[in-house]
Amino acid sequence: MWKRDETVRPASGQPAMPQPQAPAAPGVQGSRPEGTNRMERDIVNIGKSVVIKGELNGSEDLTIEGQVEGTIQLKDHVLTIGPNGRIKAQVFAKAVIVLGEVHGNVTASEKVDIRDNGSVDGDIVSPRMAIAEGAHFRGSVDMQRKAAPAAQPAKPAVAQSPAPAPAAQAAAGPRAGA
Amino acid sequence: MGLLDRLSSRRSETAAVPVVSRATNDGPVFSTKALPRFLAALTTREVPVLLDVGPVVGTNVSFFGEHLGCKILVLDLFADWDRHVREGKVEAFPAFLNERLTQAGGSIDGVLCWDLLDYLDRPSATALAAELTRVLREGGALLGFFSTAKPDAAHYTKYVIVDDTSLRYRSYAAARGRQGALPNRDIQRLFGDLRVADSYLLKNNIREMLFRKPA
Repeated sequence: MWKRDETVRPASGQPAMPQPQAPAAPGVQGSRPEGTNRMERDIVNIGKSVVIKGELNGSEDLTIEGQVEGTIQLKDHVLTIGPNGRIKAQVFAKAVIVLGEVHGNVTASEKVDIRDNGSVDGDIVSPRMAIAEGAHFRGSVDMQRKAAPAAQPAKPAVAQSPAPAPAAQAAAGPRAGA
Repeated sequence: MGLLDRLSSRRSETAAVPVVSRATNDGPVFSTKALPRFLAALTTREVPVLLDVGPVVGTNVSFFGEHLGCKILVLDLFADWDRHVREGKVEAFPAFLNERLTQAGGSIDGVLCWDLLDYLDRPSATALAAELTRVLREGGALLGFFSTAKPDAAHYTKYVIVDDTSLRYRSYAAARGRQGALPNRDIQRLFGDLRVADSYLLKNNIREMLFRKPA
């Protein structure tokens, strides 16, 4: 009725049973291929209880749930002001997502996104803006747009032909899609 | 290239009638006759500076900022008026306006006044009209809406630009409703230093008026 498990058989010449592995050290993904963690984008979180006064610089994406007073510089990275974030600062970042409160000017090289219940009191400079229906905003918006330039003609293949002057390019045909 | 040429317009065929009737929570869409005139008045500037006394509307910011290259100042005076009404400090609103509008005289190319004047008492309306006239540059334009209907439930209206000839009217709660229909002559007295460039009475009982500051 009960059959002996023939795989479990201590015998000479037989290969030893595999020993149980020691538990991996914390933070070490033993079975994952090396370098996987490096593929994940680094995002730093500033928690609710944290208060920072002064200049905050960084070279990675940042989420703030605490309070910051002063200046925030995150060139080429995304700043997220979480729902509990309270910022009284001048903000400079690639993109800024606001779910909390910002009192201060915001400058973004790509986009500012004020989500529902987000609030900004200050001036915004950004080429793109998104403002949700339930968002609050007071201040100025400068999207740094100018009159759309006309489509530029393709450069001639022959090096001897000089490139047309910028003024002539601007006077070229109608803008595509107009 | 003209300013209006930059717009991707979906023009309605008839004016002063709802273009599309949407669900109540979205708000109905109505044609606007004065908005295209207002937009045309902004064409003389490379980067027009626009003053919006209403609450921020994301699509309006994109419309004026992204497509038309305007710099927009959002004041949301409706919220300030609402707060004064709730706190029983209506008489302090004229003085508040003097401090709130810090823009230099003649620095604004276009003013979106919407229907704020319908909600104000006479002293506040006079103060607001004076401040808006002051900040408007010579040749600048002011767009105002005035209801000719009897006041109903207390609510404000967000005017969402659908395109250059259509507005969606989206209601939201107000502490106090409109104060009644302003007669034409009272409106013209309020903006005595501006000339009435256009005036349209729409079938939805809104009078759209475009004012210009003489050069």
